[in-house]
Amino acid sequence: MKQEFLTIQENTCLAPGVYRLVLDGVSACGTAASSSAEAAPAGTAAACGLAAIRPGQFVNLALPGRYLRRPISVCDYDAEKETLTLIYKVVGAGTGDLSGFRPGMVLDVLTGLGNGYDLACSGPKPLLLGGGAGVPPMYYAAKELIRLGAEPTVILGFNTRSEVFYEEEFRALGCAVTVTTVDGSYGAKGFVTDAVQRPETAGEASPYSYFYACGPLPMLEAIYRLAMADGLDGAFSLEERMGCGFGACMGCSVHTADGGYKRVCKDGPVFRKEELPW
Amino acid sequence: MVARFADLEERARAANASGRLTTELLGITMENPVIPASGTFGYGYEFAELYDIDLLGSFSFKGTTRDPRFGNETPRIAEAPSGLLNAVGLQNPGVEKVISQELPRLATCFSKKVMANVSGFSIADYVYTCEKLDGEEQVGWLEVNISCPNVHGGGMSFGTDPQAAAEVTRAVKAVTKKPVLVKLTPNVTDITAIARACEEAGADGLALINTVLAMRFDLKTRKPLLANTTGGLSGPAIFPLAVRLVNQVKKAVDIPVVGIGGITTAADVLEMLMAGATAVEVGAANLVDPYACLKIIADLPTVMDQYGIKTLAEIAGGAAWN
Repeated sequence: MKQEFLTIQENTCLAPGVYRLVLDGVSACGTAASSSAEAAPAGTAAACGLAAIRPGQFVNLALPGRYLRRPISVCDYDAEKETLTLIYKVVGAGTGDLSGFRPGMVLDVLTGLGNGYDLACSGPKPLLLGGGAGVPPMYYAAKELIRLGAEPTVILGFNTRSEVFYEEEFRALGCAVTVTTVDGSYGAKGFVTDAVQRPETAGEASPYSYFYACGPLPMLEAIYRLAMADGLDGAFSLEERMGCGFGACMGCSVHTADGGYKRVCKDGPVFRKEELPW
Repeated sequence: MVARFADLEERARAANASGRLTTELLGITMENPVIPASGTFGYGYEFAELYDIDLLGSFSFKGTTRDPRFGNETPRIAEAPSGLLNAVGLQNPGVEKVISQELPRLATCFSKKVMANVSGFSIADYVYTCEKLDGEEQVGWLEVNISCPNVHGGGMSFGTDPQAAAEVTRAVKAVTKKPVLVKLTPNVTDITAIARACEEAGADGLALINTVLAMRFDLKTRKPLLANTTGGLSGPAIFPLAVRLVNQVKKAVDIPVVGIGGITTAADVLEMLMAGATAVEVGAANLVDPYACLKIIADLPTVMDQYGIKTLAEIAGGAAWN
């Protein structure tokens, strides 16, 4: 975890209620020593520590006038431009405020939160499943998996045509991309699980080597059932209301398969399939 | 990743070294009066990644019960104007594991005396847990929490009745040689009656306030935001309430009071000491700014200068006004 002061470069609407926020890791990078963002001294990219950000991690944004920070998953990190891309959905007053913030504004951000995806588990043919606000973290995961030599298959799920975003960006990475919509207004009709290739006969292996999934709970549970049936191993990123986002308040604990509990913010947000009690 | 902000640490270290912040709490001398409050600081590890937590006066680790507890279902957190509601419900691994696993690890990042916050569902629970923690060298004080608003059948029910509060206090005092602070709830008609009952039963000090029972609804689902339906409000929203209660209690008892509730800045610390507190606990602020306590310590000398305060002893315990 690090506290950074990052400048908004871009904050644009991708789909109704969905925004892309690009933060500049260089221009306003400062240290926590200054209590106000304005006083943050300029820093070097190395001093920022943004380079340590891994796919599947999240950041926690302080919003002026709101007491709690807002946890948002990392969609991309560009080491060359030193930019951090977040895609968020407006779900309440805080994210509503955020959607109105203009380029040039400096945000107080806790970065490098959560464990992130274990890309070493991927194998050659990982399956990436993103639903709605669960799509963004799959982008950085796909990018890094491709860099590591894997060939990801990406399935993106939305409710309807107007909600679809980032299909082209995933294609540009070189992934096989399928988009599903629940109402069938775009791509394949149905849920992400309907687009997953299944073994044709019992005992046959899944065509995928591993899966990474992020999305609403019913989607994750459906993937869990499918993966159990197909003998496919993988990991889920969970979402929960958080107090601190770094493991101190126990506000986001979930039950685990061993009868214990883990913190979504610190022990997660990524959990291996066998850790969850579903 | 370890990230340290040398400037803040240096300023806090200089503040401690100046001796101006020196605070004595029930026979234990602290370099400063700043104590992160239980439930907002875990066992210190997360914060130790960011700064040297030995710069703190002490800290009160996550509330401990006899048996392991998951706590309440989620959502456990809801935002409020200038604060938050929590309904964690005393999640903790139970006193045995706290002693065998957490305290040895805590000792690797914190070398001073720590405050052990204890909760229970019966007097026997409190006695069991306090007796176990009494044997721990690093535990300086026991903070007996009779004020958790988020559990049923224990917690706050002891803190809302003078007789029950006195019984817990007496029972705990009988099994420990360590100083006992009783942590009080604001969710009562007359907090001074509870405070006096604890003092008469042998409490060495009092810590107040715990969170204020509160509730929020989700306009979309038309249901309470928290799974537990209600939760405890903390943060700057409750600071003036805490200042008033600390002052009231300080006037009613002759034992030291630790002031808690919405403290966020060095100025808040001074205000709480003027109201009657000997030391302070900082809670919610840690969650939104992990450097909050370090900043408070670093800023104290400058803010003291601003108001002509040479040492905290001048104002602590309401020495300047009561």
